[in-house]
Amino acid sequence: MFETLSLHALQVYWWIIIALLGGLFVFIMFIQGGQTLLNQLSASDQEKSMLVNSLGRKWELGFTTLVLFGGALFAAFPKFYATSFGGAYWLWLGILFSFIIQAVSYEYRKKESNFLGAKTYETFLFINGSVGTILLGIAISTFFSGAAFTLDDNNFVHWSVGTRGLEALMEPLNYLLAIAMYFLVRIIAGMYFLNNIDHEPIRTRTRAMIKRNIVYFLPFFLGFVGWVLMKDVYTYHPDTLKVTQVSMHHLYTFIELPYLAGMFLIGVVMVLVAVFNSVFREKNCCIFTVGIGTVLTVMALLLNVGLNHTIYYPSTTDMQSSLSIANSAGSHYTLTAMSYASLMVPFVLAYIAFVWHAMDKVKITEEEITSADEHQY
Amino acid sequence: MELMNTELIDWSRAQFALTALYHFLFVPLTLGLSFIVAIMETIYVKTGDQRWKTITRFWMTLFAINFAIGVATGLIMEFEFGTNWANYSWFVGDIFGAPLAVEGILAFFMESTFFAVMFFGWNKVSKGFHLVSTWLVAVGSNLSAFWILVANGWMQYPVGMEFNPDTVRNEMANFWDVALSPVAVAKFLHTIGSGYVIGALFVIGISAWMILKGRDVLEAKRSMVVGASFGLLVSIFLAVSGDESAHQVAQQQPVKLAAMEGLYKGEERAGIIAVGILNPDKKIGDDLPPLYGDVEIPYALSLLGYHDIDAFVPGLDDLVLGNEKYGIEGAASKIEKGKIAVQALQSYKEAKKIDDKIAMAEARKLLDEYMPYFGYGYLEKPTDIVPPIALTFYSFHIMVGLGTWFILLFLIVLYLTMASDITRFKKILWLSVWSIPLGYIAAEAGWVVAEVGRQPWAIQDLMPVGIAATHIDAGNVKVSFWLFAVLFTVLLIAEIKIMLRQIAIGIKGGH
Ligand code: HDD
Ligand code: HEM
Ligand code: HEM
Repeated sequence: MFETLSLHALQVYWWIIIALLGGLFVFIMFIQGGQTLLNQLSASDQEKSMLVNSLGRKWELGFTTLVLFGGALFAAFPKFYATSFGGAYWLWLGILFSFIIQAVSYEYRKKESNFLGAKTYETFLFINGSVGTILLGIAISTFFSGAAFTLDDNNFVHWSVGTRGLEALMEPLNYLLAIAMYFLVRIIAGMYFLNNIDHEPIRTRTRAMIKRNIVYFLPFFLGFVGWVLMKDVYTYHPDTLKVTQVSMHHLYTFIELPYLAGMFLIGVVMVLVAVFNSVFREKNCCIFTVGIGTVLTVMALLLNVGLNHTIYYPSTTDMQSSLSIANSAGSHYTLTAMSYASLMVPFVLAYIAFVWHAMDKVKITEEEITSADEHQY
Repeated sequence: MELMNTELIDWSRAQFALTALYHFLFVPLTLGLSFIVAIMETIYVKTGDQRWKTITRFWMTLFAINFAIGVATGLIMEFEFGTNWANYSWFVGDIFGAPLAVEGILAFFMESTFFAVMFFGWNKVSKGFHLVSTWLVAVGSNLSAFWILVANGWMQYPVGMEFNPDTVRNEMANFWDVALSPVAVAKFLHTIGSGYVIGALFVIGISAWMILKGRDVLEAKRSMVVGASFGLLVSIFLAVSGDESAHQVAQQQPVKLAAMEGLYKGEERAGIIAVGILNPDKKIGDDLPPLYGDVEIPYALSLLGYHDIDAFVPGLDDLVLGNEKYGIEGAASKIEKGKIAVQALQSYKEAKKIDDKIAMAEARKLLDEYMPYFGYGYLEKPTDIVPPIALTFYSFHIMVGLGTWFILLFLIVLYLTMASDITRFKKILWLSVWSIPLGYIAAEAGWVVAEVGRQPWAIQDLMPVGIAATHIDAGNVKVSFWLFAVLFTVLLIAEIKIMLRQIAIGIKGGH
């Protein structure tokens, strides 16, 4: 069934999957957001343990989504995998280091003889939540601001600055998305806690936190959206693949593909509704509303940057080296084979949802956290 | 394409080796212990005996401590092909990326989702669902091993693809050829086997220690029975699959096989060196004896490599210099052909620039013919095809020697636990304790054989490591190497300390 699709159709299909994974990943990063709130939302060691355990039962999912994101990019858009990871070496390694230290922290934090002490593991979690999130936001922002690479005639990457990715930290505009993401994942974390932890003092603090963070979030997010919609953008010619510059192309894409604009707006509204319900109507409902809203918003942005003949990874040193879904994707055969594998995705999402539901029926309470018969983080 | 400086290549290799060797300190226990734990929980569910639940949960706690760091070290592996082997990632990404992505979709999510149930679900889901989850964790981790070994097997024996000169990359032509290649299958069976053996050694070793200390003796003896029966079965399986791995190496990577055995002059009815010391002065083509004090098992190499007692096994001399009698092509002639392929690619690109269709077709024809030798075009001299012999040779012999010892150990332990009272055999118990590190040594040695033995190739015959790496100043890789070395070592120390503490707390102490 996928064999009959054109190469272009397969490229679009795979970009949609990448966008979906990107959206899911930003959502699941509420784990990172939560890791920055451990001290702020707890007044005692026990309350902190409730927060840690609540996140701890989900952190693997986030980690695995990151891994799948890498694998799917490698398989479907190998030129991006080679160019960006090899080129922006330190930016990506920084992100990876922050996740490596996260992976052990939940399990080791409270264990006896853990060598580094509980404080260190909590610091690891904080670093992953803050530095990790910001670096990742900056990396995603280079989809819009570009990177300093040139591809030679073997399509091998050459980077024109010795800082190897760290130069992206010097570009102020990259921080708009990065900081917006930082506050967003904290907001989502708040709603996850409201839903998952049955403990009034934590809930009260959480609502106050969400209220503040939405205020911080909005200016950065709006600034980012404004910048993106107004900026000059590289596009390619569908037949010759020649790259040219068009002003305000992202804005035009939203106008030409109104369903994307609709998706984006619905997503944003869902996030705002979730915030309103959590803070002002004091509901504990909203993890799924905010989750779907986040996925839709991020997906719409990623689709905007990938579809409609847009360059999704612009080169700031050699315009013609820039990457689009047309010149960076796998072959027709590989994309077809991978598309069959992708049919497993709904099945995987279904069992994740099933297990999530089965495990979260019982909310986290003080009794559970102090009971000896449970595996505790 | 040009060779990059050796400093960069060496640091990139060192970093990959470091991170991979670390990752594989944790992977085997995940592979093996997940099954052992599932077996124990099955006994608990079947008998309803609370003691078995206690036992299961003790081993699960150790599993979780190991799992966390296994995942942490795995993350970097996933991205390191891009960060440090960018040219490689482009040149073969169309094939190589697929198993990695399938691994994520099929295996890692299964593992991580049901892992959460296994640890936090005791009082939340039914007994049956919990047991199924434990089994699914085991299945998931073994599936992940399958897909990653498909990727690795493909590097050793590249099949199922076509070279596309327009994009300068290899493109997949047949997914099933890649996924079910005999090398991949042999690798998978042997590697999961090594995980099972390490899991079993871990269980009997720790149980033996508890018996020696007089702690939780009943639970420890029960664990020992499960560990030793599982261990005996899988250690035999490991030797059989190791034999199959060597058979595959003989077919696809004869240079590696010759290095594993220190074989310089090929022979019919070749024997296997059981023990021996390499002559450090020996060079390709000279008449010095290759080994001192060697003990040989006659005919075994011909049998192992070719399943034929009379088969000719080529040595390094034959493979480097060529051997007309047996129709073996020397490296010099392969290098010639490789240079033709490299030149043809260049001509193709030039013809394409000026849109000369005839010249393009000509270059294309030449390229297709000589493409199987492409990588040789980047070698400088025939001896470049020889991997580090000593490292490959000794690693191989350490692995095989230990493999034989493990079979013996499991036999003795199983016999003593069933037919006698093992608590009286202190020496055997101590031997079990000391065999835990030996299991890890054998597995790491196995990877050194597989990966060092295939040098200079990143992709056998197609791409030498010298052009596979990312273009980057070596200084960057030096720094990241040390960052990884320090970070992983610190985490390893933490893991070992926590593990030892949990073992000291004991089986009943935890719950
Ligand atoms: C507990 C660990 C362990 C033990 C006891 C053995 N092996 Fe092994 N061996 C491995 C763990 C391992 C491994 C880590 O799983 C390797 C590394 C790469 C691979 O495919 O498996 C490996 C590789 C490996 C290779 C190289 C495959 C290649 O280069 O592609 C051969 C020929 C053998 N083994 C053969 C044997 C034989 C004949 C054994 C005799 C009992 C044996 N191994 C015991
Ligand atoms: C986890 C188990 C593994 C271990 C312990 C291991 C070990 C090693 C070692 C020791 C080297 C250095 C060889 C040298 O440069 O002399 C190496 C290189 C390498 N290995 Fe592995 N390896 C493992 C698994 C894999 C797998 C599964 C793949 C591919 C999917 C792989 C791909 C590579 C690559 C790309 C290099 C660098 C290029 C090269 O030096 O050949 N390795 N590995
Ligand atoms: C060089 C190639 C390799 C890559 C790219 C790689 C990648 C990864 C990644 C990303 C993880 C974490 C997954 C998660 O989020 O849960 C992981 C864990 C794991 N990997 Fe690897 N891996 C490699 C080599 C191997 C080998 C050779 C094996 C087995 C034979 C293996 C088996 C496993 C298993 C069983 C886990 C589960 C966690 C644990 O180790 O405790 N991997 N790997």
